[in-house]
Amino acid sequence: MINTEYFTLGHISLLLGFILIIVGFWGILTQKNIVKIILAFSIADAGINILIVSLGYVIGKTAPIIDGSVVQKAGIDVSDSIVDPVPQALVLTSIVIGFGVTALMLAYAMKLFTAKKTLHINKFNDLKW
Amino acid sequence: MLKNIIIAVILIVFAVLFFDLFMLYEARTGLTGIAQYYAQNGAKEVGAANLVTSIVVTYRGFDTLGEVTILFVAASIISFFLKLKENDESKNISSKDTTEILVTASNVLVPVIFLFGIYVFINGHLTPGGGFQGGAMIATGVALMILANPNIKINTQIIHWVESISGVGYVVVGIFGLILAGGFLDNKITGLGEFGALFSAGAIPIIYSFIGLKVGAEISNILNKYQKSQKND
Repeated sequence: MINTEYFTLGHISLLLGFILIIVGFWGILTQKNIVKIILAFSIADAGINILIVSLGYVIGKTAPIIDGSVVQKAGIDVSDSIVDPVPQALVLTSIVIGFGVTALMLAYAMKLFTAKKTLHINKFNDLKW
Repeated sequence: MLKNIIIAVILIVFAVLFFDLFMLYEARTGLTGIAQYYAQNGAKEVGAANLVTSIVVTYRGFDTLGEVTILFVAASIISFFLKLKENDESKNISSKDTTEILVTASNVLVPVIFLFGIYVFINGHLTPGGGFQGGAMIATGVALMILANPNIKINTQIIHWVESISGVGYVVVGIFGLILAGGFLDNKITGLGEFGALFSAGAIPIIYSFIGLKVGAEISNILNKYQKSQKND
């Protein structure tokens, strides 16, 4: 019998985040093509972002935007109707930095390709001992 | 063989750790600490309907300045790495002909994509969106242009000017906050305006427009470097 207690939104998004992180690590450790390794980094990145957002989830609350669905009045306390906005703001930063890192890795991959005309990771054994 | 076993062990250890965390997780039932402060006072102090925006641009504005700087540094390193030799500049990129569907679609869609990106960053304090999202959308338009015509010449002068002016403008607005209001990047340099209107939340629409233009210009610059680096083979 499956325990239905784990079928809440919070649990599902947490599980999705964990699965994406493990898939990303698997890709980083096993793939041989540099572009695939970079993609695996991006997948792990997405998993971590989903994880952070799901940790800010509060049962039954809505997005932290004050409009008709919350309260349409300035200066009103909305702390009992929204989810935590801080992890969402942190994830915005995290996505941008993830983009910068991915773009930089792709530029390195281009440079490596012009050096050896291949992207197979086993051909880059200059630093191996 | 040994390598595969080590990889499997690493992944299983991570899985066990994550499974433990998953079983211990209980969804929260209320806000605590700083989040509660933002929820109670965010609308009153900052005047932005989108609380994430008021955290990103005002409460944690300094972080966002650092974030834009990181993006700028990444773009600079990419331009440094993918610099072309003198005689490569004039070469053409050899590519298959792009289909008419793609070319026509890019002619029709690129202005609309630019407009939507601008809409998203101007309304960043009211709707889910903001400078980074809007800037990324503008760069998608540039990416579509490059896909439709791989040899297109993108005017780098415009990109550099937009990037420099918006970067300087962002810091200048921050310094105005230091002089006229409570501190660096404080948004109360003008009145807060009517809550929920387009011209509200003080300096947030101005700051987010600068961020949007800067991010759009930086990502376009990165795309342009990638495009040009295809010339050298």
